[in-house]
Amino acid sequence: MSIRHSLLALLQDRPRYGYQLRVEFENRTGSTWPLNIGQVYTTLDRLERDGLVAKDGDDGEGHVVYSITAEGAAEVRSWFAAPVERTNPPRNELAIKLALAVTLPGVDVQAIIQAQRVASIRALQDYTKARRDTASNQRSGDTAWLLVLDSLIFQTEAEVRWLDLCEARMVQLAAATAARKTSNGVTEDAAPLNADSRR
Amino acid sequence: MSVRGPQQVLELAKVSRTFGEGATAVAALRDVDLTIGAGEFVAVMGPSGSGKSSLLALAGGLDRPTSGGVFVESTPLAGLGLNELARLRRRAVGYVFQDFNLVPTLTAAENVALPLELDGTATKKARRQAADALRQVGIPELADRFMDQMSGGQQQRVAIARAVVGQRRLILADEPTGALDSTTGQGVMEVLRSRADAGAAVMLVTHEARHAAWADRVVFLRDGRIVDQATAMHDPTMLLAQAGL
Repeated sequence: MSIRHSLLALLQDRPRYGYQLRVEFENRTGSTWPLNIGQVYTTLDRLERDGLVAKDGDDGEGHVVYSITAEGAAEVRSWFAAPVERTNPPRNELAIKLALAVTLPGVDVQAIIQAQRVASIRALQDYTKARRDTASNQRSGDTAWLLVLDSLIFQTEAEVRWLDLCEARMVQLAAATAARKTSNGVTEDAAPLNADSRR
Repeated sequence: MSVRGPQQVLELAKVSRTFGEGATAVAALRDVDLTIGAGEFVAVMGPSGSGKSSLLALAGGLDRPTSGGVFVESTPLAGLGLNELARLRRRAVGYVFQDFNLVPTLTAAENVALPLELDGTATKKARRQAADALRQVGIPELADRFMDQMSGGQQQRVAIARAVVGQRRLILADEPTGALDSTTGQGVMEVLRSRADAGAAVMLVTHEARHAAWADRVVFLRDGRIVDQATAMHDPTMLLAQAGL
């Protein structure tokens, strides 16, 4: 998450002081990512150093107000315009765990898959329930929270589908291995799986 | 095995179902214990051939177990004759099938009212309840349409209305969202959820995780046995911590 760009975007709306920025950010994102006030001030210092914001006096109650500069506004425009970068390849502990498990003797891969499936479905149940509860008495600030929940639901569903695929592949692989053993050589069925598993 | 009580709508006790005999016998279900209480929504997941549909057929009295007992509202189905079983199914149990099983020569309202009328409910009262059920599934305006005048999604809603009409206490659904787009599929889940919230026991067989997630409890079948169960319980703040947010 880019706190830097989020704060800049809020300052583009109008000049604000640190605590206001924190409250605004949390309101607009359904309090999904709590910000600590220290992070806000550190970020403002860096934005000022980089010429993207400037101190704009105080509000009469001792709060230092910041406003966005022309460079800052350009930065916000390019942030909104650019797609979010994907880390390549994304670090995924589950994928790493399974990739290692299939290569190590004595590891019950199917048990790993099932344990993960139960945990993922439980999370999916929780997200679905939270979404239902939020949608059924929706308040104005809930839109962001619903978007976040939708995102979590889709990600978790994808994970379960991927686990199903992993399991099916394990079954295929086991069947191909058994077929190879009984025919005492490489069977036609086993060849594509071999090729696939080398990747 | 849990104690049977008034709140327990469905109980499967040590249920096994074997097809065929001797060396070619196939065990579809082995010693399955499962209870569903009033107001509870249970989803059953598992790979093809794990016994999901067999479980549903036994729960609704469409098939009989090789051993073990099936109880609907404490009534042992094994003790019922065919007529009594049929009556119980019409009154207490609603089914949603993947392929709808609607009568093409009847309108939506007539299809929904059919089980009530077969059970002796006066036509006028049955139609009123059918209209209620169609309203619940969001298509009251389609009451007079015939099946060939409706989309797949609309037909599936009619099938669900027929399953929930007359306040049935046990609703059994076998892949009810099969051919539906995701929005309509979600609508189906909303109806099943609201029936459970209104006190019905709901059992859904599905391979779709996002639909199973609507249930209070998800049961995993493998090779005819229950191997795991997942129950929702966390509060939203925990969710975010788990999601690393």
